[in-house]
Amino acid sequence: MKSKNPNHLRSIFAHVLLIILSFMCLFFFYILFINATRSHADLQKGFSALPGGYLLQNLKNVANDGTFPMFRGILNSLIVFGCSAAICTYFSSLTAYGLYAYNFKLKKAAFTFIMAILVMPTQVTAMGFLRLVTNMGMYDSLLPLIIPSIASPAVFYFMYSYLQSSLPMSLIEAARIDGSGEFKTFNRIVIPIMKPAIAVQAIFTFVGSWNNYFVPALVIQSKDKMTVPILIATLRGADYMNFDMGKIYTMILVAIVPIILVYLFLSKYIIAGVTLGGVKE
Amino acid sequence: MKKRVVCMLLAAFLALGALAGCGTGKDAGSSADSSAEEGKVINIYSWNDEFRERVEAVYPEVKETSKDGTVTTLKDGTEIHWIVNPNQDGVYQQKLDEALMKQADAAADDKVDIFLSETDYVNKYTDAEANAAMPLSELGIDPEKDLADQYSFTKVTASDVDGVQRASTWQCCPGLLVYRRDIAKDVFGTDDPEKVGEKVKDWETMKATAAELQAKGYFAFSSYADTFRLYGNSISESWVSPGESVIKVDQKIMDWVNDSKEWLDAGYLDKNIKGQWNDDWNKAMGSASKVFAFLFPAWGIDFTLKPNWDGDEGVWAVTNPPQEYNWGGSYVHACTGTDNPKHVKDIILAVTVDKDNLLKISKEYLDFTNTQSGMQEAAKDDKGYASDFLGGQNAFSYFAPVAENIEIAPLSAYDQGCVELIQNSFNDYFQGNVDFEKAKANFETAIKERYPDITEIQWPQ
Amino acid sequence: MKPKNKKIDYSKWGYLFILPFFVSFFIFSLIPLVDTIRYSFFEYYRSGIKEIGPNFIGLENYISLLGSDMLKYAGNTMILWIIGFIPQIVIALLLAEWFVDARLKIHGTQFFKVVIYLPNLIMASAFAMLFFTMFSTNGPINSILLSMGLTGKPIDFLGSVLGTRSLVGLMNFLMWFGNTTIMLMAAIMGISPDVFEAAELDGCNSVQRFFFITLPQIRPILAYTLITSIIGGLQMFDVPQILTNGQGTPDRTSMTLIMFLNSHLKSKNYGMAGALSVYLFVVSGILCFVVYRMTNNDDPDGSKAAAKKAKKQRRG
Repeated sequence: MKSKNPNHLRSIFAHVLLIILSFMCLFFFYILFINATRSHADLQKGFSALPGGYLLQNLKNVANDGTFPMFRGILNSLIVFGCSAAICTYFSSLTAYGLYAYNFKLKKAAFTFIMAILVMPTQVTAMGFLRLVTNMGMYDSLLPLIIPSIASPAVFYFMYSYLQSSLPMSLIEAARIDGSGEFKTFNRIVIPIMKPAIAVQAIFTFVGSWNNYFVPALVIQSKDKMTVPILIATLRGADYMNFDMGKIYTMILVAIVPIILVYLFLSKYIIAGVTLGGVKE
Repeated sequence: MKKRVVCMLLAAFLALGALAGCGTGKDAGSSADSSAEEGKVINIYSWNDEFRERVEAVYPEVKETSKDGTVTTLKDGTEIHWIVNPNQDGVYQQKLDEALMKQADAAADDKVDIFLSETDYVNKYTDAEANAAMPLSELGIDPEKDLADQYSFTKVTASDVDGVQRASTWQCCPGLLVYRRDIAKDVFGTDDPEKVGEKVKDWETMKATAAELQAKGYFAFSSYADTFRLYGNSISESWVSPGESVIKVDQKIMDWVNDSKEWLDAGYLDKNIKGQWNDDWNKAMGSASKVFAFLFPAWGIDFTLKPNWDGDEGVWAVTNPPQEYNWGGSYVHACTGTDNPKHVKDIILAVTVDKDNLLKISKEYLDFTNTQSGMQEAAKDDKGYASDFLGGQNAFSYFAPVAENIEIAPLSAYDQGCVELIQNSFNDYFQGNVDFEKAKANFETAIKERYPDITEIQWPQ
Repeated sequence: MKPKNKKIDYSKWGYLFILPFFVSFFIFSLIPLVDTIRYSFFEYYRSGIKEIGPNFIGLENYISLLGSDMLKYAGNTMILWIIGFIPQIVIALLLAEWFVDARLKIHGTQFFKVVIYLPNLIMASAFAMLFFTMFSTNGPINSILLSMGLTGKPIDFLGSVLGTRSLVGLMNFLMWFGNTTIMLMAAIMGISPDVFEAAELDGCNSVQRFFFITLPQIRPILAYTLITSIIGGLQMFDVPQILTNGQGTPDRTSMTLIMFLNSHLKSKNYGMAGALSVYLFVVSGILCFVVYRMTNNDDPDGSKAAAKKAKKQRRG
């Protein structure tokens, strides 16, 4: 209240920086959009700042290409990664709560263990994973893309940190005194408190797995189960016979639209959730 | 509680043991059961729709293909299942290799029946010891007699060390020099393919011509990678001799390195274009570019140059290259253990041997096909094979003599990696980022990473 | 309260709650991991379509890796990570602080918050493709620079060590700073407003408030950000892979550890890849342990002391 002037300057500085950053962020989407509206021949002529009129044709090319079932792919991606995000956040919260709220012999060991595996790069186990999945008869199925996300150490750690800062043990004690069962306490009291954290992590998980190419490319074989990134790779890999950059840019555009929609939808929820202000006393 | 954890651990390790046990089921099954009945499903592995389109066009048994292109039904009810994986990042070979490893234990209808390979790695699959691809003779095709009209270098390429042919191709890919008529007129005063051909007839003449072009502000070729195939095709010994683990870099490859460096420094090549299949390279084929010529086989002209050209038709023309070369080609293999040997034989004969079918493919898909007599006819048939894109020229009359003179370089299973990595490693040298010795060292590191069994790299001299 | 708590044993619920996580982990990560480690002691690869091995060779894979350029790639990875991470954390902290600071009256916060996260939504591979096009020698960036007269001839960004590394850093920054901002913001908003009000009354200026209240309070989330970023950095792969076509050009100066691992996986050299994985695993473990210790060392809110006390009680 008392230092209006410095705040004013800071505010201007903040706005300038934000505008520059936003410009940088949006610039790439703009380029992507522009490129998607131009034909391959136009693209060859060089960069242009104005959109061309080829978007519909490109879209038609993408939609009508039977060998690249784009919309089926988007649906697959939505199913797989929606499920992943849901079970990942739920089970991570459950695990975090289990380790946070209870004392048991192996607690410390379990926590240290999770922290240790947090650092494991996914690529390390990829080949073994593929072998395992094949032997379990889950090759070329969507399940191995969903189930393993139950164990997500990074999400767990986030949830744990969040619990540390926003769940007072007294709340749980109170629930116990009221005769609430442990599982019920978790679902009715803890989950609502964790909503903001869950929303944030749901987005991260969803985005992370939406863009994941590595594991799905190993596991998925048939066309009708392919997810979006595999399809894009397939298109780009389709060598000289199908070489159409306009189509590729359009495909990328089509692929990121759903995720942007999901994001816009969830982002409001996050910010609302965060501003609700937690449960501090 | 502790017990449960212990149990789980135990279970986990038991499972591991079981896994370890079944990791090594290799050994592809012995040759096809000719007596047994044909299976109901033909599985074909490929990396794009090229082969499917050609089968649909010329195999008379085809009834229809499903809308998404994954299943083709034949008249007798047999289904062809197309298993398409992208070549990118080696996904195709990875999936194919997995399937081949499981071939012996797979159910009849899951067995691979036909798979395709490219010249760059065909040798990996024709390997006699691995026996993944059946000798054609076991299918009842006699390469001597039945494939007599094919170009002999394609037959050599498709054979193992003992000379047993294990694949056949419908396509052969002799390359030409494709040049811009407008630039030719500007610099040489003529765009006549004969006269331009004289100016590019060998490397010595080509270099003088490049200097001429450079004086007027043009580049002879776009990138050093463009000329690689010409040198790489003429190596005298394979990169790795059969049974050895030593890479012998051929003098021809070093010639390419030295010439490329010289040409690049002299400004005969565009320094800004690094390699092929990238944006800059595509743009070099546009009307704004200063690049005089490209080195392409038939598919390159129709599927790479044409889509990237934004000017009028008839500006490009073809003529003889400074050195005969072959670029690309898809080989069709019958997979060991197939349960459909009859169909496989029919398909291979229909798509890669039947002369009428091959001419049809040449007409419809512009492939230079694997029939010597047919291609000689096409070379003379200026009316039937004239190309508007080339200003009415009949490219086949230039392709045919090249095809007859191609001496295919001795192949090894390591070619794909060697070709790719030598270009990448020396790129830094061309750009002036590292010196010659460092580029050599980088190649050695990279190639040993790619092929762990390589123990030594020998450079010429 | 405490004695009452002790009467009912809740510990079975603890086990029950963490059970799904561990079961899933054991099946889908541990088994493959043990598989990986086991093969690291074997000579095991494919030559063409023939399988060589597995033959037990002890520590040979580990020794030959030490003799390779592995350490150079580790250095590359670290440099690339730092170029991206430093601006990322600084900008993210600034933005998070601004966004929650009501006195700054930032207009369109909602808009900015949404926008800065957007780059994270696009696939790294697609993003790298766009970058590659834009910064190519005849791409739009060069034509802008040329027309503004800032440079005489096109700059070959991807042809120089500095150019390539900065581009990788810039991309990592752009892709992740929004993510970090949102996370830090959530943490800052979780701080009780009372603390800020008290600080206001005591005459804290915004800089003081930032360093003495905000930073210590969001320590756990900061640690989380740092750790996940280190892990992400160690695993850096798609961006340099696509930007340099898997070669780490020029002169392998942008080759990261995972790209190195990937080239072993590509050649199906399970033994060598396994040994490299074990190295990676150990290094990242040590790094994270150090960071975790560092950020949790002093004990501003007494939580650690409390934990210690609780532990003692449990023991005794």
